[in-house]
Amino acid sequence: MVTSRDDFVIAIRSAFLKKGNKQRFSLIGLIFFSIGLLTLNKINLPITNYLKITLNEVVYRSSFIISVPEKKIQNFSNKIKDHYNLYNDYLIVKEKINLLQSEKYENEFLKEENKRLKKTIDEYIYNSKEMVAKVLIDNNSPFLKSIIVNKGSKDNVKLGMAVLDGSYLVGKIVEVNYSTARALLVSDLNSKIPVGIEPGNIQSILSGTGKQYGKIEYLESEIFIENESIVYTSGSGGLFKSGIPVGIYNKKNTEEQTVTFFSKLSQLTFIKLVSFEEDNN
Amino acid sequence: MSSKFKSIIRNSFLFYLPLILLFVSVFNEFDFNYLNYQYFSFNFPFILIFYWSLKRIETLGYGYIFVAGMFNDAVLGFPIGISSLTYLIICGFAAYLRNITLRPSLIKDWLYFLFTILVANSINYFLLILFFSIEINYYKIFGNIIFTFLLYYIFAYIFDIYRKIISRIKT
Repeated sequence: MVTSRDDFVIAIRSAFLKKGNKQRFSLIGLIFFSIGLLTLNKINLPITNYLKITLNEVVYRSSFIISVPEKKIQNFSNKIKDHYNLYNDYLIVKEKINLLQSEKYENEFLKEENKRLKKTIDEYIYNSKEMVAKVLIDNNSPFLKSIIVNKGSKDNVKLGMAVLDGSYLVGKIVEVNYSTARALLVSDLNSKIPVGIEPGNIQSILSGTGKQYGKIEYLESEIFIENESIVYTSGSGGLFKSGIPVGIYNKKNTEEQTVTFFSKLSQLTFIKLVSFEEDNN
Repeated sequence: MSSKFKSIIRNSFLFYLPLILLFVSVFNEFDFNYLNYQYFSFNFPFILIFYWSLKRIETLGYGYIFVAGMFNDAVLGFPIGISSLTYLIICGFAAYLRNITLRPSLIKDWLYFLFTILVANSINYFLLILFFSIEINYYKIFGNIIFTFLLYYIFAYIFDIYRKIISRIKT
């Protein structure tokens, strides 16, 4: 009994304390060093932030270069799929263009009318500053949905900026480095966005699920939402302006109320970073 | 002279291949997520680290594993140090198994690997959820653990062949 306990202790000691052949560090030393780093992270000291920003700059650029072959394979498979669906897509697009053409004129009139009415009731009109950024790393990890873009604090990127794909909301900036930034996608589990559902202007919170759709939360059970309603940002909290389209509402049953995002989040290449400011004029 | 130089380059590349693979996989998140199969993903660095810590730790080295963990955290946006800690825990388990094993067997290693990744993942996600308030999809973690475990057998078999090739080159 004593011998087997001794063997266990010797094996553990040898595994964690002994430096192996050609090894510079012992395992236990590095484990303590990692715990130290984690503690510093938790305390959020300025020095750890500088370390993190430097590390991120190096890693994001390297990761972009190393991901090139995988991206090529991915693009090739997407191209094949696109070619295969070309004719069907053409018919759908043709139909949509006709519909959009008629809606465009109507929208322009409504936009102007809306501006006029907002001025009458003294509501803020937002001015948006936008810049186009390239997606360096499309981090499709099973646990975290985020992208790294090639614009950072040197380009005036700020925390909380909206990330748009065309005119659709796809995420917000959560980390800013000198020449890169990380955007948390709307599909991430940690993403919570105040939304309004139209028609009806129903206010709710849209949470990510880690998939191509989100989940409507904090909604009273007696509220009825029409299937295929459009989900926009509500502007609550003041982070985003109201009315940015996010997705389309699908109700499968009473428990499952999902929102399919307009934008294909796994295929982002260029995005717009937008900040909204009050227009004083 | 030139052929000798070429063979040195080739041999060094072959010798450091696991280390190169480790860094490529942490930079690239090499797990075939883009195939978009629901719940299919696996943690290639776990397989690589466990196997080489068990069979030949000089190939990877604890210092490089620690750095790879830091890079993985930066890529994934996790707090710096969490992956390093997880990777080093795997190294610790593998080193313990190496010390107590007299007759190595792939099946025993395989089952022990399951126990190791369960403990390592538990510590990893416990820290992430409790101290850093990051939400995580448990089904996906479960899928990831299962596929990592299942694929270990295949990768271990491939790595065994690779080790034989390396030892033949050395002799």
